Amino acid sequence: MRYLPLTGADRRAMLATIGAPTVDALFEDVPAEARRDGLVDLPRGQGELEVERALQRLAAKNLPAGAAPFFCGAGAYRHHVPASVDHLIQRSEFLTAYTPYQPEIAQGSLQTVFEFQTQVAALTGMEVANASMYDGSTAAAEAVLMAMRITRRGRAVLSPGLHPHYAEAVAAQVRPAGGKVARLPLAVDAEAASIEAVDADTACVVVQTPNLFGTASDLSGLAEAVHARGALLVVVTTEAVSLGLLKPPGEMGADIVAAEGQSIGNGLNFGGPYVGLFATRERYVRQAPGRLCGQTVDADGRRGFVLTLSTREQHIRREKATSNICTNSGLCALAFSIHMTLLGQAGLKRLALLNHQAARRLKSALDEVPGVEVLTPRFFNELAVRLPRPAAAVAEALAAKGILAGVPVSRLAPGAGFDDVLLAAATETTTEDDIARLAAALKEVLA
Amino acid sequence: MRFTKDHEWIAVDGGTATVGITAFAAGQLGDVVYVELPEVGRAVARGEGFAVVESVKAASDVYAPVSGEVVEVNAALSAAPETVNAEPQAGGWLVRLRLADPSELDGLMDQAAYDALVAET
Repeated sequence: MRYLPLTGADRRAMLATIGAPTVDALFEDVPAEARRDGLVDLPRGQGELEVERALQRLAAKNLPAGAAPFFCGAGAYRHHVPASVDHLIQRSEFLTAYTPYQPEIAQGSLQTVFEFQTQVAALTGMEVANASMYDGSTAAAEAVLMAMRITRRGRAVLSPGLHPHYAEAVAAQVRPAGGKVARLPLAVDAEAASIEAVDADTACVVVQTPNLFGTASDLSGLAEAVHARGALLVVVTTEAVSLGLLKPPGEMGADIVAAEGQSIGNGLNFGGPYVGLFATRERYVRQAPGRLCGQTVDADGRRGFVLTLSTREQHIRREKATSNICTNSGLCALAFSIHMTLLGQAGLKRLALLNHQAARRLKSALDEVPGVEVLTPRFFNELAVRLPRPAAAVAEALAAKGILAGVPVSRLAPGAGFDDVLLAAATETTTEDDIARLAAALKEVLA
Repeated sequence: MRFTKDHEWIAVDGGTATVGITAFAAGQLGDVVYVELPEVGRAVARGEGFAVVESVKAASDVYAPVSGEVVEVNAALSAAPETVNAEPQAGGWLVRLRLADPSELDGLMDQAAYDALVAET
């Protein structure tokens, strides 16, 4: 069986038609120093069995999150995903569907989107949610652009606890659009200080809770102060499960919520695909990016679903669209929605509680390790831990012992003054044995 | 009242002018559901898109017939955008401009010329 679309004869005929001697000749306008000589160093023409063996050898070099005591978080969290979630999203009606171009014909798809939006709105305490974004960081960038459209101001203040990857994603999307981004230096618990950086051109303050260091904050006071200066408050959450226990951003006065939804229904997936949650106030809905599904009734008065407010979107408004996001993480959003449905309101709260309890146990164990200091004053399921040595080296030493102890801050923000700080998360998957092994290994490594 | 080829109307009263979309434009757009208006104080250049009229069919830019400063917007449209359909050339006005250069008005169509344009459309 052939897997390649063209034969050698096809290629020769095509080259002869356009008058090029070789395929490489088509690339001669690319400067030589920018070209790679030859192909990537891969073995050629192997049988399926050989390929399978080679890939198994490569896979064996990986230490999967589920095979070790695992405390890595920092924006991507290992949670239990029920088998029923994977089973349901693999139904062909869901798995093979792409953005429907005549959406109303697929009422089932629209209903799942509508339910997703309803769950996101309820979870964040907001009035409107869209049909999802790529991930939390790009949702944050869209939130900033939206705040700039609403306020007609051109600057965003990024608070001291915002994940550096989020700050970089925001800057990458906002600066080319002409916006200014003011990043405040990283701090464990200084959300309220963001207000000092707000000036008359500030469209919004982007603030994260729980923040990079795991610190959970009530942002109501900051929201009031930000609003008093005519700016909006964008609240970012990288751990969606925390919303099962903490005060929803909507109740704290958020104008836009941009969150990472991976924690619910989705695995770590080597960093993606994830799913961005995006919610706002009804009065701002026309400035919101992405698709919105609405509920209506048909000519016979029966319930139905439609895509609504599409006139904001690029297929109608072209270059004046509110956003150029043209697809979303539909399948990841569906997984989120199915998991949320399985959990229910009480189940989500209980799941969140299990996470917090695991983190409390983790803190107690770390408090017993000499030379180690937990910095996070109020936490959900993640702790910033100050070590007596550079955290990256300690994490490496623990990895060598088969323990994935967490994410050194230096990996996200090298030289930011937190090179001795490790971020360690605990979830419902963290066992007492995992914690005991981490504490024992940490004592050994630091001894 | 004078008109543009983009179907805006402008009615001048002293140094200020009221701007809206024509009855023909409102009819073509269908039911207007939302009007996005500029902030008062904004300086607009002739031909610049400064408002958006959104109907069930499309969201369309409204272009400034002449240059000037926005001195007032029709705030009643946020609660009642359908006024643009009901009275496009009266209560459905969009903005009032302080004219920067009254001579720009000379380039606009009068009623007869605009009627001829619409008849051709």
